[in-house]
Amino acid sequence: MLHIPCPYCGPRDETEFHYGAEAHVAYPEPNEVSDADWAKYIFIRSNPKGWLAERWVHSAGCRRWFNVWRNTVTHEFGPSYKPFTAQPEKPTS
Amino acid sequence: MANTHRRRTVELPEHPEFLWANASPKKSYDVIIIGGGGHGLATAYYLAKNHGITNVAVLEKGWLAGGNMARNTTIIRSNYLWDESANIYDHSLKLWETLQEDVGYEMFFSQRGVMTLAHSVSDVRSKQRNFYANHVNAVDSQWLTPEEVVEIAPIVNISQDIRYPVMGATYQPRGGIAKHDWVAWGYAKAASNMGVDIIQGCEVTGFNIQNGKVMGVETNLGPIAANKVGMVAAGHTSVLAEKAGFDVPLQSRPLQALVSELLEQVLDTVIMSGAVHVYVSQAHKGELVMGAGTDSYNSYAQRGGFHVIEHQLAAAVELFPIFERAHLLRTWGGIVDIAPDASPIIGLTPVENLFINAGWGTGGFKATPGSGWVMAATIANGEPDALAQPYALDRFVSGHLIDEHGAAGVAH
Repeated sequence: MLHIPCPYCGPRDETEFHYGAEAHVAYPEPNEVSDADWAKYIFIRSNPKGWLAERWVHSAGCRRWFNVWRNTVTHEFGPSYKPFTAQPEKPTS
Repeated sequence: MANTHRRRTVELPEHPEFLWANASPKKSYDVIIIGGGGHGLATAYYLAKNHGITNVAVLEKGWLAGGNMARNTTIIRSNYLWDESANIYDHSLKLWETLQEDVGYEMFFSQRGVMTLAHSVSDVRSKQRNFYANHVNAVDSQWLTPEEVVEIAPIVNISQDIRYPVMGATYQPRGGIAKHDWVAWGYAKAASNMGVDIIQGCEVTGFNIQNGKVMGVETNLGPIAANKVGMVAAGHTSVLAEKAGFDVPLQSRPLQALVSELLEQVLDTVIMSGAVHVYVSQAHKGELVMGAGTDSYNSYAQRGGFHVIEHQLAAAVELFPIFERAHLLRTWGGIVDIAPDASPIIGLTPVENLFINAGWGTGGFKATPGSGWVMAATIANGEPDALAQPYALDRFVSGHLIDEHGAAGVAH
């Protein structure tokens, strides 16, 4: 089980959280994007083998959304951070 | 309903040693298939058999059929909801029905039926909708009352006092299981005999693309030229597509499964339950094989959380009280690539002569023959096979999605 570093509550068990996939996906102006770009916004999410900045919600805790770096190969966590705050650098190791 | 196909545990033959030639890569091929799992091997087999294209290499970065082909729960069925799905999965099931003779290799294909339980009024409605849709598509399907469920599978707890009582079930008698590694070996042997090079330990590290057209691949064993390349890489499709310069709407997730110790035969059909989240069959040797939903997060680690295993075992013990004292022997995980509509992606890509077959998600094993068949036709003809056409990558722009979340064995 993952131990997920909630930036509000500290590390907690994975079963307290729900997953929100890739973070920092910008909402486009629907009337100004092409069908292809709209499809990209709706359906395409990064799926890297390595570090991914992703969203989680602490459903059974503070019930707040946050972002965190996590390595999809080792399941190691990097820094977690609150929404609308500066994104920490992608971990290097 | 009489239970006529009860069987005892059968002895399996010894592990075969040399079924296929371990080739070294040539400088060039007509077709390169990336991925030596079931779908890749089936693609190579049907390229040779159906289309006479034998100058083919299958490149496998690990060992043959060591990815999801070695990690699935071997369930075969075709009782999907939508017409597009019924067409391709039932084509696959028809191929399974003659596959052992066709390939010339035992695969322990056993049409012991697949039962999907319903546990609530809305569950009954959606399963009955599925059952009627199957009839419209001439896919065999029956509706069972709880009493008929225990005629087929006496160990199911149909007490109405449990948290999620059994209220009915769909049943596809033509469904069943096969022995996954023997399926891969059979395809590999037959393809190798027709001249296909099977190259293990060969990882594709890049593509040679000129003027929007693929000319070959870069690998850890050096560059290999090809007229056409097929990506059949399951959970690693996103990694490959990025190297080829285009996006795919896939997320890679761990899907875990488990087996019990070897037991006397107690279950001779396949039972799935989406609501309580478990699916179970009993393999030929006697182990109970179970699976459930994916872990929730993206991963390439081929493992998941133990709480997911605990959850599915809790469901299994409630439905099958007899399992309570069975010992867990082994758990494992594979990496499945899931598309937004839980349907596969088959066909052309933005790169000319580079073809994709991916997104089989949590249910690819059953599709192995059909997937290989349509992928081979798509590569040979340079245009989507009729059965594959609805599964084009551009459906995510056109909006013609094939939503099979409800027909998946369990919610993922």
